[in-house]
This record gives sequence, structure tokens and C-alpha cells, in this order.
Amino acid sequence: MSTNGSHFVSLQGITKRFEDLEVLHGIDLDVGEHEVVCLIGASGSGKSTLLRCINLLEQVDAGTIVVDGQTITGTKVDVNRLRQKIGIVFQSYNLFPHMTVLQNVTLAPRKALGISRGEAEGRARALLRQIGLEDKADEFPDRLSGGQQQRVAIVRALATEPKLMLLDEITSALDPQLIGEVLELVRELAETGMTMILATHEMSFAREVANKVCFLDAGVIREEGEPDQIFSSPREERTREFLARVLEGGRL
Amino acid sequence: MGQFLHEFFSPLDFIRSVPTVWNGFIFNIKLMLAAEALVLPLALLVAIVRGLPGRAAAPFRALAIVYTDFFRGTPLILVLLLVLGFAQLNYLGLNSEALFRVGLISLVLVYTAYVTEVYRAGIESVHPSQRMAARSLGLSYMQTMRYVVLPQAIRRVIPPLLNDFIGLQKDTALISIIGLTEAIVLAGQYVSDFANQTAYLVAAVFFIFLTIPLARFTDHIIRQRERRERAQMA
Repeated sequence: MSTNGSHFVSLQGITKRFEDLEVLHGIDLDVGEHEVVCLIGASGSGKSTLLRCINLLEQVDAGTIVVDGQTITGTKVDVNRLRQKIGIVFQSYNLFPHMTVLQNVTLAPRKALGISRGEAEGRARALLRQIGLEDKADEFPDRLSGGQQQRVAIVRALATEPKLMLLDEITSALDPQLIGEVLELVRELAETGMTMILATHEMSFAREVANKVCFLDAGVIREEGEPDQIFSSPREERTREFLARVLEGGRL
Repeated sequence: MGQFLHEFFSPLDFIRSVPTVWNGFIFNIKLMLAAEALVLPLALLVAIVRGLPGRAAAPFRALAIVYTDFFRGTPLILVLLLVLGFAQLNYLGLNSEALFRVGLISLVLVYTAYVTEVYRAGIESVHPSQRMAARSLGLSYMQTMRYVVLPQAIRRVIPPLLNDFIGLQKDTALISIIGLTEAIVLAGQYVSDFANQTAYLVAAVFFIFLTIPLARFTDHIIRQRERRERAQMA
């Protein structure tokens, strides 16, 4: 799928600095359509920053990003249009607490895409039904469990019908018993052919769903490859060290 | 002691001065309602302008800062005199309608500056991750403000906002210095006509009764929020 020229997302030489701290030093990454790429690495290795650069929540200092044939790092990019095509889900859900679940999910379709309220609500209810939360449509987010909130956040990101999903450690804030339901939803999403880039600490999940795993270390991709290769026979010393530490933590 | 009680708490003068003071107090109420109706949207506008991002908005931000600094720092009584002086450039001998406008403009200028800061504190209290989530969905800056930031910000600042309005209600009394016949002026006339201070007590009672409902309403909102937050923790 990821033959040259058919990349859905292509990053070249991405560099990002915060003040004088360089968090990304020249990242190259290609993601084919329908591919799932997992970014692994310690906290602070630049996974989140990289994801935020791809939907322009962060401005890159150098490098180019091409998404769906469009170079998005230049000037004259309609960031709002672009972000409707790229969904992102955050570690801390970030649902809007003053809106019901249904309002959370319909806000972007109605206001950003201009879809009528009736149509947006119909679609939102259908999406909520798929994840078994239709009965929560009129509840406020604080009435939902963490797992339910995160699934609503995923549905909210899906409501603008994006072609790419970025998932930023979406299970890290969840109690262990709630992680499963969220991962199940991501798994289903992968099966529908959604192109996804996810930063995750769930190594066994990464191994299961990813087409490609990238190990980020101090702002560079130290190693990338098929999940089996990365997890079974990592080539780089740093990758081995990282995986050993994670294994000790019992996360594989 | 009897002399004192008679001077300040004479029941007869209390009852007799009520209609007089009330006639003036109507002005205070009108002024207060008109000022509050104008301050609410204007202050929101200034607060939004002050938060606008980007270099292009820099002059507007600067203007908003100069405005709030100036009118928050200047005593209302001075603003009243300045606006009055400005109005008198065109017409000497202003009628009561014109004086009402002078009072209204002064109150709005000063209290918009205060309330702008209240709104701004509310806007800044909304966690940046909320804006980020909204922007990541493809909402524009203004849509993010309108649908995500402001509804949360305004809810949070209602108690301090009502507090400022209590101040505004009391400050309507200051328009007496520009010669508008409001409650304090008429009470003063009664005091000099009948050589009895009780009319001031009447004016005080009116002002207190005007602010008490607002104060209790503020308490109610704060309690309601605490209950909700406790329910969330449970």
C-alpha cells in the first residue's frame, strides 16, 4: 500500500522548536492510505508534538507536510478546511463540558461544515448508536465514565468525516478497566480502513493494529518497521532499552 | 439622644419623605438599567478585542488596553465632570434628558472598563485545551470563542459581574453632582426644607433594597455551582 507516490501523509524534515528547546529534529515519515502507524517512545520524545504539527495545531519550524496531495506547511492553507479532514483525539478527551454529548458531536458539522441541525443530529445519533452510547446523547459529559467520554471524543472527531485520524495517547488517562472499550473502537476504525497515526503506550495494541511502528527518541525516529520486527528483533540499542523498560512495566 | 433619634429616625419624616425620594429614585433605577444593558455587550466586545490574536490586531488590542487602563483608573466623579464639560461645549444649560445622557455615558465608560476585566479573567480561565479541541475540529477563531470559550467564561464570571453591578447601582447616586434630580438630591432638598436628616435614611433604604436581591441572587448562583461541582466529584 505504501508505494512511493501514493502516500496519504508524507512528512519531510519536520523540525519543531519551543523557545530554544528543539523537540523534533528532522522527522521523515510516510503513511499510506488505510495504513495505521503507531508512534511509540518515552514521554517527551516528541510524539504528541508531531501529531499536533500534522493538523497545524503547532507550526513547524522547518520541513514539509503533505496530506492527501496538498502541501499544508506553506502559506495560503485554509487551516479550518484542512482540520475538518483530519480528526484528532487527545489524552484528556477535551469534550465541551457545557454541551450535551449530542451538541459536542454536532457542533463542528453544523458550524464548520454548515450542515443543518436535523441532518447533523441524525448522523450524530447514528454514530453514537454504533458505539452503544445513543442513550447518552442528551447527557452532559461529566455524567459519563472516562471510557465513554473518550469514545464520544472519537465520534466527535469522526463527525466531520475526516480522512485521517490522529490519536494522541488516548488511553493514557483512563482507568485500566476502561481502556478496552476505547481500543475496541479504534480497532473497528482500523478495520473500516481509516488512515490513522497514533501515539500510544499500549504496546500489545500497537503490535496488533499497526502496519508500521515508529520508535521516537529525543525528537528523531530512531527506528521504524513492521510491528513484529520492532517488538521481536529491534535493530537499535535504544529501541531495545525502551522496550525492555516498558516490558518491565508490564505493558506488553 | 432623643434629639439624635428625631434627627435621623423620625417616623413622620420617614413616611413624609418617601414619595419625594422615590420620585428621584426612579431616575437611579432607569440609569442603572440602561447602563447595565449597555455595559454587558460593550464590555464583552472590548474583552474580545483585547484577546484577538495576530499582529494585525495589535493596534486594536492597544486601544482596548489604553481604554480600560484609563477608565478603570479615573474616579467616576471626574469622568462625570469631564463628560459634562464636553456636553456643555455645545449646549449650556442642559435639560434633564441631556444630563441623564451625561450620567449614562459616564457610568458606561467606567463600568465597561471594569466589566471588561471581569470577562477577560473568565475567558482566560477556560483551559487552552478547550480552544485546541474546538480549533482541531475545524472551527474558526471566532466560532471557537462564540460556541466554546464564551459560554464557559460567562457562566464563571456571573458572580463577580453581579458584584460590579451592585457597585454600579450605588454609583448612580454620584450623578447628583451634575445636577440631575435623583434620589440623593431630592432627599437633600427634603433635609434642608424640613431640617431633618431622615430623608437620607429613606434614600439609603431604597439603595439597600435595590442591591439586596442582586446580592442574594449572586449567592444563589455561587451555591448552585458549588452543588454541581460537588455532584461531579461524587
